[in-house]
Amino acid sequence: MKGRIEINRERCKGCGLCILVCPKKKIEISPKLNTKGYYPACFLEEDVVENDKIECTGCAMCAVMCPDVAIEVYREEKKTSKDETD
Amino acid sequence: MKKIFSRPDALKDNPFHYCPGCGHSIIHRLVAEVIDELGIKDRTIGVPPAGCAVLAYNYFDVDMCEAPHGRAAAVATGMKRILKDSVVFTYQGDGDIAAIGTAETIHAANRGERITAIFVNNAVYGMTGGQMAPTTLPGQETTTTPGGRLQVRDGYPLDLSGMLALAAGSVYIERTAVTSPKGIIRTKKAIKKAFETQLEDKGFSLVEVLSPCPTNWKMSPKDSIRWVDEIMTKIFPLKVIKDVA
Amino acid sequence: MSAKTLMRGTHVLGEAAIRAGCRAYFGYPITPQNELPEYMASKFAKMDDAVFIQAESEIASINMVIGAAAAGARAMTSSSSPGISLKQEGISYLAAMELPAVIVNMMRGGPGLGNIAPAQGDYFQATRGGGHGDYRVIVLAPAYGQEIADMTRQAFDLADHYRTPVMILGDGMMGQMMEPVLFPEPVDPSSLPKKEWVVNGSKGRGSRVILSLLLDPPREEEHNWKLARKYQAITETIPDQEMYLTDDAELVVVAYGTAARIAKGAVHRVRQSGLKVGLYRPKTLWPFPSKPLAKLCDHVGQFLVFEMSTGQMVEDVRLAVEGRREVSFYGRPGGVVSTPEEVAAIVSSAYHGKSN
Repeated sequence: MKGRIEINRERCKGCGLCILVCPKKKIEISPKLNTKGYYPACFLEEDVVENDKIECTGCAMCAVMCPDVAIEVYREEKKTSKDETD
Repeated sequence: MKKIFSRPDALKDNPFHYCPGCGHSIIHRLVAEVIDELGIKDRTIGVPPAGCAVLAYNYFDVDMCEAPHGRAAAVATGMKRILKDSVVFTYQGDGDIAAIGTAETIHAANRGERITAIFVNNAVYGMTGGQMAPTTLPGQETTTTPGGRLQVRDGYPLDLSGMLALAAGSVYIERTAVTSPKGIIRTKKAIKKAFETQLEDKGFSLVEVLSPCPTNWKMSPKDSIRWVDEIMTKIFPLKVIKDVA
Repeated sequence: MSAKTLMRGTHVLGEAAIRAGCRAYFGYPITPQNELPEYMASKFAKMDDAVFIQAESEIASINMVIGAAAAGARAMTSSSSPGISLKQEGISYLAAMELPAVIVNMMRGGPGLGNIAPAQGDYFQATRGGGHGDYRVIVLAPAYGQEIADMTRQAFDLADHYRTPVMILGDGMMGQMMEPVLFPEPVDPSSLPKKEWVVNGSKGRGSRVILSLLLDPPREEEHNWKLARKYQAITETIPDQEMYLTDDAELVVVAYGTAARIAKGAVHRVRQSGLKVGLYRPKTLWPFPSKPLAKLCDHVGQFLVFEMSTGQMVEDVRLAVEGRREVSFYGRPGGVVSTPEEVAAIVSSAYHGKSN
């Protein structure tokens, strides 16, 4: 299963807890400040387009841990015999 | 790809004022998720504390009524007795619920008030700059316990949840922590059960959540969650303290 | 009850409150007002839509009033002097949050634990805020059983109309005295005007907050001025007083509550000896009825303030008179109840220009 996250860099306060819990180690602290003066987290697979290069599974541990609701998580739909509509 | 995680509906889109790594905003999100899942947003009323979460009404998209410091359980009692079909919760820090609010909390539990208390325990008075709290650990350094909390001068930490379990009117009390995804999921389950206890008209429910406070503990967020897991849980073990629901 | 009923003051208050639509009472035992929570408990036990709680303290009960008022109920609490001290924080919050509520103080001897006899030592506490912050509380001062009934109805109406706490200031004697009272017809709470500001669940509308925290000083200032404008409107509308034999009086006694009843007896006795004296009895202590009192200066030569204290309302009398006439004072604090003869002697003495 493939996944993707979006980090709202203005909400993020760079606490680093998402980095601690990501099982794939795909989040790190950005070297660019946000407007509040924090170094927010950033998703390492933001620009990855080839599906087989994506390691994020959309487990959402980062979003569950994030105190600032700064992360939204997307996940590929599991394909079943009954096709679900998006 | 389908969006599978985003801000719950019962949480306003306002950025949190809480410190980086603070447990408050995690707990706010969990309460909001539970309100969404139970479908009770338009009949829920919250009572915020005096403390870091005094501005909780900027975040919860439900009716809220301020209370004087410590008195949330009494204000919630007055509201719930009048609005029997509503869901009333208090959201209080350890000072609010277990120091100045001890009497109101114990008596609301004793009367079996159909309210739910969310007790956020960070072992310190956060908003006022890090003074001793009723739950400050022995030896813990705070701005009013220089050298660390000393029993002879400052007493022992108070186990309010344990005391509330003795009150006949309390039916569900659990202590959890928001220091890992597993703990957070467990906390959400506990909060949901507490609200369900109220919906089922069974009695007083409370969830005590051990919550990291990097700023006042003078630790990084990473070290704070370790401090909760390794040190705080020795005095405040994570468990279901009472469940007769 | 369409005929007059013989009832003690505390019960009159309770009955009047229920008839005014009060459906939430939170209290705590303290002498000399215990009959009021007992009455409310007894009546509310037979009513489905009413809430009685004997709270764990006076602090808890005022906070339950905050919750019930925020939920839209006509809510009341009562106590006596030391318990009213405990309620001051809650009263400040009620005023700040613009919540209606009725608070009853049956005054007793003080300060501190004092005693359970009637006194008037809480005038400052009632009219000068009592709690922190720049707010005022409407204070109604009944002197008769009938007035307790009428003012209790008025208290709930004023509280709702102005969204502000209202205090009924009585004393231990008034609470215990039995007098014939005619009650008004009961109000159906559901017929009262809908409150558009309550927090009762956001169904059908956006969520609301009732708060008093305004961290931004300009916003807090704006809120304070808003309250001040409200209090100004109240000051212009509701001051009330009884003027008894003041038209031709040379000396006017100023007294409220039980002291006024004693003073009335004194006025009768002094009039019998030919002296022209009268009584000015404020019925609202805040706002203080200054204007008619000031007007009396046109023909009255002096005022004598009689209080069951060491002198508190006398300051408001001096403020109203603005130095135009001499204001002297006679007081008995500590729960001592003067006789009309005793006060008559003081009045006569003052009349003849002898100092107290």
